[in-house]
Amino acid sequence: MIVKSPGVIPEVYIVADNILSPIGKTTAENLQSLKQNISGIKHYTDLDITPDPIAAALFEPDFLTIDKNYTKFENLLISSILNSINQLPKSYLSNKTALIVSSTKGNISLLETEEHTEDLNKRIALHTSAQLVANHFGFVNQPIVVSNACISGVLAILTGMRLIQSGCYENVIVTGADVISKFVLSGFQSFQALSKSVCRPFDKDRTGLNLGEGAATVILSSRKQNESDVKVSSGAISNDANHISGPSRTGEELGFAIKKALLNAGITAHDVGYISTHGTATNYNDEMEANAINYAGLQHVPANSLKGYYGHTLGAAGLIESVIATHAIKNGVIFSSFGYSENGVSKPINICTKLTEQPTKHALKTASGFGGCNAAMIFSK
Amino acid sequence: MAAQKYITGTCSISNNQVFLNGEKIFAGATKPMDELLLSIYQHFQFSYPKFHKMDNLSKLGWLAAELLLKDFDKSNYHAEQVGTVLANANASLDMDLKYYDSIKDVPSPSLFVYTLPNIVAGEICIRHNFKGENAFFVQPNFDIGFIEQQVSFLLDNNLLQACICGWIDVLGQDYKAMLFLVEKVKKENAEEFSAKSMEMIFNK
Repeated sequence: MIVKSPGVIPEVYIVADNILSPIGKTTAENLQSLKQNISGIKHYTDLDITPDPIAAALFEPDFLTIDKNYTKFENLLISSILNSINQLPKSYLSNKTALIVSSTKGNISLLETEEHTEDLNKRIALHTSAQLVANHFGFVNQPIVVSNACISGVLAILTGMRLIQSGCYENVIVTGADVISKFVLSGFQSFQALSKSVCRPFDKDRTGLNLGEGAATVILSSRKQNESDVKVSSGAISNDANHISGPSRTGEELGFAIKKALLNAGITAHDVGYISTHGTATNYNDEMEANAINYAGLQHVPANSLKGYYGHTLGAAGLIESVIATHAIKNGVIFSSFGYSENGVSKPINICTKLTEQPTKHALKTASGFGGCNAAMIFSK
Repeated sequence: MAAQKYITGTCSISNNQVFLNGEKIFAGATKPMDELLLSIYQHFQFSYPKFHKMDNLSKLGWLAAELLLKDFDKSNYHAEQVGTVLANANASLDMDLKYYDSIKDVPSPSLFVYTLPNIVAGEICIRHNFKGENAFFVQPNFDIGFIEQQVSFLLDNNLLQACICGWIDVLGQDYKAMLFLVEKVKKENAEEFSAKSMEMIFNK
């Protein structure tokens, strides 16, 4: 249904949200864990998916409520969406609601447990999962799937924002999840990208990333539900056009996306109160990101990476970290960047080393991924 | 806000044939996917060593983009003004299956990196130095209305001035690529960009 009124670009608000991670089943539980400096990353020596000891943030087997009709990936999406929808009045979501699903590898772990057939190919397809989830909730519009490496979560929110701005929908449920499988783990091991201990984004002793499992949901709407609802102001995507697995040497492309997002939000670098970085704790990512932040003139702005709490949750990362960014605006709290003690990037950057209370009007979320993609989003009071 | 937009080029690769702007420019015999891609590459005498390292999805997209952009004058645009909006049904499953087979031995980072569908966009951007917006969507069939809406938003809001959009899908021996070049400048024989015109070209 078209809800377009000519000449009026609707504002877009986050009216409900959820984070489902090893450190909490709701956003409130997650915020509580972050406040107490609790990391979800643990050491494992006896996982089925790898013979090597690893540090990762994984769901304990009995932590999740599993509906056997769905895979673990789909259960994560469903649980996260359900918790978000329950925050809204019953009749809030109409048939003018779209569902966007963000994931990098979805059900790929089925390759490890099921016999490979043509039917399995269809079962693994991301659009199959998205349709199952849409059917579960009775959503009538064809779901949209974003799969754009590690910027998927941020790109999914941006896509939702634009769909509302262009008048296509009134509400968009943006959800994302990824599960850590032998497939994903072996790939990151092959890149020698994994840290044996809890990762240390932007620190001089950083030795790589940890993988994490998680899901998150934001419900976007053109109708504000609560006075404190945060606005999704703008966003931009860019490509490095440099290398498929290594980030830009200069960071100018992410820097350009940040500048464009600032411009489209009608603000300047001085208006940004908080940066939620991608901060994977690999050498190249953090270096590139520090360059980009300097390029955009944001080196003084308090920043953190949440990867020390969650690990890298891939298609969920942008969503989880955006939800936390919106609560920096709502509650005026910036969490300590877990694992950071001494600057290990060649440009200055203002990483928070303790729980910081400060009013924040605008927050910036950044993300970068394989394929040279970069994303920047601005959330505002 | 809505800008005039035109389809200034199209390229499709399917059924062992290549069509550029509606004209058949290559017809090959039925052969395995790997060989078909190589024969198209050789037929047009391309020389891009990185091509040989790519997975089939990236090769297919790279070839379609290479032909589509044969006469594209990049100097009309800043790198940030050109981007891609792509979609397919099987994401990177073609490569996922090959990578998963390979991990019985030693997992290879050069295979793993292709287990993401948006890598093909990265390859096209590297080749042509496009630094603008990118998005990759996974959908059961080419959702023309949705892609048209996405591309129109980017061009109407001046987030891009030119966009390569379309469908690039590979799984085993099944494949189809159909790329559209959308610009705001009307060129000879250019059709107006709309879901209807895309649909007619896609289903031809």
